Amino acid sequence: MAELMYDKTGRLLFTKQMKEEYTLLMPQMLPIHFGMMQKCFELEGYHVDMLTSHHQGIIDTGLKYVHNDTCYPALLVIGQLIDAVEHGGYDKHKVALMITQTGGGCRASNYIHLLRKALIKAGLDYVPVVSLNLSGLEPNPGFQLSVKLALRMIRAVFYGDLMTWMGNQCKPYELHPGETDALTEQWKNRLIDEFDRSGGLGRKTFRRNLAAIAADYAAIEVSGEKKIPVGIVGEIYVKFSSLGNNGLEQFLIDEGAEPVVPGLADFVIFKVDNRSVDVDLYGGKLLKKWAMNLAEKYAHGLQMDLIEAVSRYPRFRVMEPFTHLKPLVKDYLGYGNKMGEGWLLTAEMLDLIELGVPNIVCTQPFGCLPNHVAGKGMIGKIKQEHPESNIVAVDYDPSATKINQENRIKLMLANAALHQKEQKEPAGV
Amino acid sequence: MSLRIGIDVGSTTVKVVVLDEQNQLLYRSYSRHFSQVREKTCELLRGAEQWLRGQTVRAMITGSAGLGMSTAAKVNFSQEVYATAEAVRVFLPGTDAVIELGGEDAKIIFFDGALEERMNGSCAGGTGAFIDQMATLMNVSVDEMDKLYDGYEKIYPIASRCGVFAKSDIQPILNQGGRKEDVAASVFQAVVDQTIAGLAQGRQIKGQVAFLGGPLHFLHGLRDRFQQTLGLDNQHAVFPADGDCFAAIGAALCATGYASEPYEEIYSRLEHSVADRGQRDTLPPLFASQAEYDAFLARHNANTPPVRPLETYTGEAYLGIDAGSTTTKLVLIDPEGGLLYTYYASNRGDPVQVLLDQLRYIYAATAGRVTIRGSAVTGYGEDLIRAAFRVDDGLVETMAHYRAAAHFQPDVDFIIDIGGQDMKCFKIRGGAVDSIMLNEACSSGCGSFIETFARALGYEIADFARLGLFAPHPVNLGSRCTVFMNSSVKQAQKDGATVEDISAGLAISIVKNAVYKVIRASSADDLGQHIVVQGGTFLNDAVLRSFELDLGRNVTRPTIAGVMGAYGAALHAMQLGLEHSALLGPEELEGFRHTARPTTCQGCTNHCSLTINTFDGGRRYISGNRCQKPLGGKSETLPNLSQWKYQRLRALAEQSLPADSAPRGRIGLPMGLNMYENLPFWHRFFTKLGFSVVLSGESSRALYREGQTTIPSDTVCYPAKLMHGHIMSLLDQGVDTIFYPCMPYNFNEHISDNNYNCPVVAYYPELLAANMPQLKQVRYLYPYFGLHRPKDFAKRAKAYFAEEFGIPEQETAAAVKAAYAAYEDYKQELRAMGEAIIGYAREHGRQILVLCGRPYHIDPEIGHGIDGLAGSYGFCVITEDAVAWHMDHQPRKVLNQWSYHARMYNAARYVCTQPDMQLVQLVSFGCGTDAITTDELRSILESGGKLYTQLKIDEISNLGAVRIRLRSLMAAIEERSRQQAKG
Repeated sequence: MAELMYDKTGRLLFTKQMKEEYTLLMPQMLPIHFGMMQKCFELEGYHVDMLTSHHQGIIDTGLKYVHNDTCYPALLVIGQLIDAVEHGGYDKHKVALMITQTGGGCRASNYIHLLRKALIKAGLDYVPVVSLNLSGLEPNPGFQLSVKLALRMIRAVFYGDLMTWMGNQCKPYELHPGETDALTEQWKNRLIDEFDRSGGLGRKTFRRNLAAIAADYAAIEVSGEKKIPVGIVGEIYVKFSSLGNNGLEQFLIDEGAEPVVPGLADFVIFKVDNRSVDVDLYGGKLLKKWAMNLAEKYAHGLQMDLIEAVSRYPRFRVMEPFTHLKPLVKDYLGYGNKMGEGWLLTAEMLDLIELGVPNIVCTQPFGCLPNHVAGKGMIGKIKQEHPESNIVAVDYDPSATKINQENRIKLMLANAALHQKEQKEPAGV
Repeated sequence: MSLRIGIDVGSTTVKVVVLDEQNQLLYRSYSRHFSQVREKTCELLRGAEQWLRGQTVRAMITGSAGLGMSTAAKVNFSQEVYATAEAVRVFLPGTDAVIELGGEDAKIIFFDGALEERMNGSCAGGTGAFIDQMATLMNVSVDEMDKLYDGYEKIYPIASRCGVFAKSDIQPILNQGGRKEDVAASVFQAVVDQTIAGLAQGRQIKGQVAFLGGPLHFLHGLRDRFQQTLGLDNQHAVFPADGDCFAAIGAALCATGYASEPYEEIYSRLEHSVADRGQRDTLPPLFASQAEYDAFLARHNANTPPVRPLETYTGEAYLGIDAGSTTTKLVLIDPEGGLLYTYYASNRGDPVQVLLDQLRYIYAATAGRVTIRGSAVTGYGEDLIRAAFRVDDGLVETMAHYRAAAHFQPDVDFIIDIGGQDMKCFKIRGGAVDSIMLNEACSSGCGSFIETFARALGYEIADFARLGLFAPHPVNLGSRCTVFMNSSVKQAQKDGATVEDISAGLAISIVKNAVYKVIRASSADDLGQHIVVQGGTFLNDAVLRSFELDLGRNVTRPTIAGVMGAYGAALHAMQLGLEHSALLGPEELEGFRHTARPTTCQGCTNHCSLTINTFDGGRRYISGNRCQKPLGGKSETLPNLSQWKYQRLRALAEQSLPADSAPRGRIGLPMGLNMYENLPFWHRFFTKLGFSVVLSGESSRALYREGQTTIPSDTVCYPAKLMHGHIMSLLDQGVDTIFYPCMPYNFNEHISDNNYNCPVVAYYPELLAANMPQLKQVRYLYPYFGLHRPKDFAKRAKAYFAEEFGIPEQETAAAVKAAYAAYEDYKQELRAMGEAIIGYAREHGRQILVLCGRPYHIDPEIGHGIDGLAGSYGFCVITEDAVAWHMDHQPRKVLNQWSYHARMYNAARYVCTQPDMQLVQLVSFGCGTDAITTDELRSILESGGKLYTQLKIDEISNLGAVRIRLRSLMAAIEERSRQQAKG
């Protein structure tokens, strides 16, 4: 059995031996993206399980071990991880937990610390926690984010974004129910196999794959009807995770709408961009700015590849690149607004409106601090500038009821339907 | 065409209407449904059968609780705001805005310009249900409350954010003798404020305004408040005759395009529809069998004091009174602790009268055989009752409960008391109260909540509680505040939960609230081995059972759990060892008189709402005050660093250049959030540049109201909300330039891993720009600046002010230098002042209280004068920044990257090294980042052998809860030093 080893500060390390013996548990935020990332880890020899559990026990565990006024995603993620250690059928002495760590000014950067506190409270202080970050924080001898792994994960983000974007434009309309999901599953596995065989990291391969994916989704047989498109934006976890947002995407599909979910890549680029903006606003090393600009340029290239793949098929709405989103918020927020989703959240709403999706659900955990400003704080101004916009802000919380949330979303949908009808048959008066 | 039926199922009522082909209203009916949604709907429909029988009709359901029925009965559904808008378009053309209040929802629809429909967020709580709750609290019916309104003289400021808050404001007013007429008007005004603040969000309500929904239909007082607040004359305020049924009418209109079918078929589907029960979130039953329940009862009923009949007893006795927030408890004991008499009842909004009756009764029943040798009172109404009846002594509730608990369970190590409004828990270690946990404003109302809920469903509390004992599937209602519970119950009703299941679910949720939110326990061992439970709420067997089940441990509930506070007070009265009690005797009660008069204190800018109670014989009690000023007495004023800081900062306004000798004109700085830290910096900076610096006025409720309509997110903290008012104040002063920079980073004090501000402090200037149209009339500057890198700041400032004002770079550079120096001076001055206060305290043998929070908590409107209150209890108050600098950077168990947090951590570490220092943390409601600091501060203090006290503050200006906490802290300090003295 692996020996428990600690670093100078008393942090429990994930050792090389643990890599052999332990199972790493990771939360799931986006099924496609994170599913691929999990496989990327496995290719590097880690044993990784992605948690897909979805039951009341998760919330109860979260409430028990996390300060109840902490934001809802922290409560869910930590609740889910601890619930899995306790009841997931694992050997408690052979699991480690993996969690992302950012360093922003939002309280969410505290997840890893809150998780450790919770583990101590639960009597599980022997379970190591591995930080997943790009800044070299908290190194572990048994865990390394190699360049290859990082590049694969970045690819996974873009592939995932493409599949989500196109899949959402097929699923509500598919003539053969289940076809879209099946295709997504198939491509997920195929891409991973490719990573395994050849590395799959060449730009050419990337473009070829994007084209093939786009072609496959475009080939799904769909009905010709026009459903109401509804954008989903918000705090990153409740925006993407069905555990966090009470299955919002499925609810919208069941209500006869088409969910439009802006991708994860923009968020990743946003976080890179923040660092270069910091240098502009407060000073700092120009080298840092230069490196960040280089990274952004690279990501922009990948994004353009994605856009090109989608735009071959006119039936599909085409996403805009980060470079298009950024200028949109010019009169709304400064680029220094970077905590949480920051200005990107406002930019996504504006972009959706521009794309012809004025109906938007803005999701956030109850009391989400950055969203007071970038979410709810901007909706009024957006409404002034874009009277056709139809945005509903919905709070998520351990005790917020589905009926309250759904009632508000239904109001937004009713207005969307009214608007659509008016456009079709302009009112006589 | 055919007849159309509209059915509106709200949270508390059902409305059914029938429209004919010409949109004539043939039938309308409105009734409370007491959770019997389907039955009530069918009943109302039967009332319309003379029109409907044999007809082909179209039907549409709307309303928040109607969705389940619509799915089950396959009747079309339309969203209620949407339906209302439709009805207004047809019946009230030309309407510009609609305000509709329902049982729990508030809605606003704007028609002029872009159509906009808004509903209250999930936090804003109920409106109709809220008024019901307040009426119950006042012990009047809603109709009586409306009649009371006509006699109002003044309106108390009442927190308008949500029902729970308002309730915490109203209860003390009632308890302290406020007039019911005034309270009624204040409740209506709170509803109006809540609607405007929560829904209008900057959009002005003007033109033709229609008022809809039950509460507005039935309550003329509420209508009047709306009309006056919005400044609408009778031509512009529209109250349609069927305003209570508009959503139902709208639903009927919305049915127009849908297929019609025979009425009988629809009716039969409705009658036989049973909502889908599969999805419900349920919990295991409380008791599996009657035998289990009997054993449970037997175990608890064994803890009982001897009872002696009052009618025959002769001898000495001691009186204990617990004047709680909703109930009054009274206990008379003999010298052995035996019970002579107990009384427990609602105080019916007038605790003085209740006690007067009780004392008269006791005197009559004992007819001179009993001598009361001592009396003591505890609870919210302590001071009032003490003054009214000349009670010998008062003691804080926590101590009273400890006294009583120790009487039954000498080994007690944990006490939890759930009363009407308060939840108190504390640990006992080595015979002293060790750590006290009280519920925060947001989860208050727990005990009384269950009672009001029972009444709303048409039950008496005892019957309601009994229903839950054997409920097969208690619903899971979560553990957040009661407003959320309301909507959780709504959801449960929709899913077909029975009243039994709801009763059990409420009991469980109260317990979860206590265990997870207040105590923050993760296991039974966190609490203790010998747990005593008390308080009226634990007389509810369902609550007690839930508690034991949740902990997995048996606890002690004395049979007198409901009157333990009073029992403890009686024991305390006995320990006083008095020769004679000063308590009013039977003759004195004959001439007892009590009048209460409301007034506003003019002593300072706080403008406290005072109630002056006068009794016969010149006894007087003034309540609502936050300091000693209105009481007239001269007491020693202890030094107070909060106050010093505040005055020091405000005084900067007088050092500004006069407007006419300022070459660069006037510049306004809003006095809130970060400005409390940075004002010395910016003031010097702009003064040096030749601006006349104008500060916004002092914070107050009035200033808050000025800006409240432009607040877009009603769950943000109060300090942030006040910023809207500060901007208005600057505009009122006629400045044409306002400077309020965005600052994600704070000064780097090298005691943390990074130096962030919280997202709200960092970006609020941008929110103001986007939401305050008034700012368009002036030059509003809100650039991003970072003061943590002086050289880079100078560089950026030079460029920025050259561009904005054409200021030469060297001038800006000099101003930057002067500004940093001024900030440094301020810091040094502050530390020196802190040292001086500490010195004073030590010289005079005073305890030192570190009031620990964020810099803006020194604002008297935010801190509610807590510093002064602490001073009146004998503490010398200093702030966190006066001691934090003693400690260096130390790794923490949480991410330590916010400057203000780091100061608090260091202040706590320093307090641990000083025997005569205590720390109290101020936390603004809604402060997400303080969810991190509170646990960390507690752990720092407790590992250093100190007590942790947290005061949650918001718009609420009621200091009752704060008093309990501070006095409990004092009692615990005393107890500890007594222990230490003993060795």
